[in-house]
Amino acid sequence: MASPEQPDTHRSNTGTAGASPGSGPLFEAEGVSVRFGGLVALDDASLSVAPHRVHGVIGPNGAGKTTLFNVCCGFVRPSSGRLTWRGSAIPELRPHRLAGMGIARTLQGVGLFPGLSVVDNVMVGADHRRRAGFLSALFALPRSDTDERRLRAIAMAALRELDADSYADRFPASLPYPVQKRVAMARALAAEPELLLLDEPASGLGYDEITELGALVRTLATRMSVVVVDHHMDLVMSICDRITVLDFGRVVATGTPEEVRDDPAVIDAYLGEDARSPERSRDD
Amino acid sequence: MVSLVAGVRRRLPASTLGRNLLLVLAALVVVVLLLELTDPFRNSQLATMSYYAIAAAGLTVLTGLNGQISLGHGALMAVGAYAMGLLLNTGVVPFPLAMLAAAAVTAVVGVVVGAAAARLHGPYLAGATLALAIGVPGLAIHFDGVFGGEQGLQISSPRPPDWFADVIYFLFANEAGSAKYFAYIGWLTLLAVLLLLSNLVASRYGRVWRAIRDDEVAAELAGVPLGRLRVLAFVVSAACAGLAGAVLGIVVRLAAPSGFTIVLSLSLLTAVVVGGLGSLGGALLGSALLVFLPPAVTGLGMQAGLTGVQAAQLAPLAYGVVLVTVMLLAPGGAMGIARALWHARPRRRFAQQPANTHRMDEEPSTTDATEPGGRT
Repeated sequence: MASPEQPDTHRSNTGTAGASPGSGPLFEAEGVSVRFGGLVALDDASLSVAPHRVHGVIGPNGAGKTTLFNVCCGFVRPSSGRLTWRGSAIPELRPHRLAGMGIARTLQGVGLFPGLSVVDNVMVGADHRRRAGFLSALFALPRSDTDERRLRAIAMAALRELDADSYADRFPASLPYPVQKRVAMARALAAEPELLLLDEPASGLGYDEITELGALVRTLATRMSVVVVDHHMDLVMSICDRITVLDFGRVVATGTPEEVRDDPAVIDAYLGEDARSPERSRDD
Repeated sequence: MVSLVAGVRRRLPASTLGRNLLLVLAALVVVVLLLELTDPFRNSQLATMSYYAIAAAGLTVLTGLNGQISLGHGALMAVGAYAMGLLLNTGVVPFPLAMLAAAAVTAVVGVVVGAAAARLHGPYLAGATLALAIGVPGLAIHFDGVFGGEQGLQISSPRPPDWFADVIYFLFANEAGSAKYFAYIGWLTLLAVLLLLSNLVASRYGRVWRAIRDDEVAAELAGVPLGRLRVLAFVVSAACAGLAGAVLGIVVRLAAPSGFTIVLSLSLLTAVVVGGLGSLGGALLGSALLVFLPPAVTGLGMQAGLTGVQAAQLAPLAYGVVLVTVMLLAPGGAMGIARALWHARPRRRFAQQPANTHRMDEEPSTTDATEPGGRT
């Protein structure tokens, strides 16, 4: 799947995450709150992603992970809080502007276009890099053909990186689920993002495929920042430089995997307070 | 067979324009032969088919590729026809220019309707465009000073020029009446429309329209501005409807409210569905069915000993039966059947292409996936 590069070489600078020389965080969400009617989905949540780092977002079901992702993508407008991209505030984030800004996102499940071939699916991911306009498409001017060839080359390169180029002319429904997930990933990579948001990339994958995915994400971190939301704790702990833990819409911990693993608040969030100190909670 | 197809494909021009031009030129030869080998009555039927097909081609791009339904295309044809009539009746505008202007006027209407439609889905969109279908003919009646009211607007269609008659006589030794002239105008317009639409379908726009139809969230995340592209699809489709209306104006020499009822919009939609949603060839087939099926059925009825009235009543019945049968047996329409036949020979193709079996060895699970009805 990914090149056989050793993930360990990247992990060596885990401790210095967020302190890349001469540059601040690539993407920041500060004090984001989201209310759906009376329900508080996110309460003063913050997320700071440094360049070329893998940032995990974990938390129990309903903790607000996907809501945080949706805020980062402009699908949900927060009731308060601000988003910063490369150091400047984003006044109004619209989903279709993401790709142009350099942010790509995969969806839970796969979200492929069933009526398009695999290569066309990935070409849609590269769409914001087109140059030809409507008139050159209408009259099929050479400009339009050149553009198509360029997008196709970008798409094929992304498919090759995910070892899915042999499926280029197939339709998504005819492919096994793990291959569909790779195609969806290729579509996000075809945008050549600086920030890649992965929403449950490991769901529905087997053990070997998850291992491959982990190696791939580490390789990608040489080119871009990655934010991962996933339930597979082993994966998140092994590939992330930093982890943000959400519980009931609040950030309960942020730090390296080691810091987060031992944080009492995280253990509370996942296992309940009883698990940590059964005696004391009974006394309470 | 496969190697033959591959061989033909290799000899086709590499550019989209070259490929589509070649197809259109081949179609032009067929059209000329068809028009020259048939009598004036068939010529006028073919002229009718041409304007149905222009509108249906535009509608299939909108509904089949972009997933927007429109019950208002009959009304958009009315806009084109009335614009054509008003321009031709001034007596100073040459008809090709008037046709372009009619298309442009309808495209502008398309911007307004499309902007509203882009926010609506499914039955709401159908309802909104239905209002257009009901309202536009009403406008023609209300402003009867300009549009001629119920009687309609007489259109002074162009007369066949002498050079046209000379060319036809020189090439085919045929007489060239106005029926033939109108049929040529209609079919040349249709071929031009098909050329431009197939360019668009093959381009980035065709791909992105289909992406929006399939999954708008994923399309938006990929950087596709949904609203703008939906409106664009509507405008392209409306321009085709306007052009179709302009051709109708020339052929029928009349634009009257009774010609643009909801029945026209529904006929276009059924033509597109029967032919195969989203396919330009399907739009052509569907329009042919629309024009040639009713008289054929009526003819059969008369032969079977029915009275004229009874035989005429048979036509809508036959059309309905065809529509229901297609929906039940082949939801992909005529082009869907053609495509299924084309893909129904995978085993032989694999036998001839060892490269594919090599791939299947690498990824054993895909062998099942290539079987229709296998794992998904």
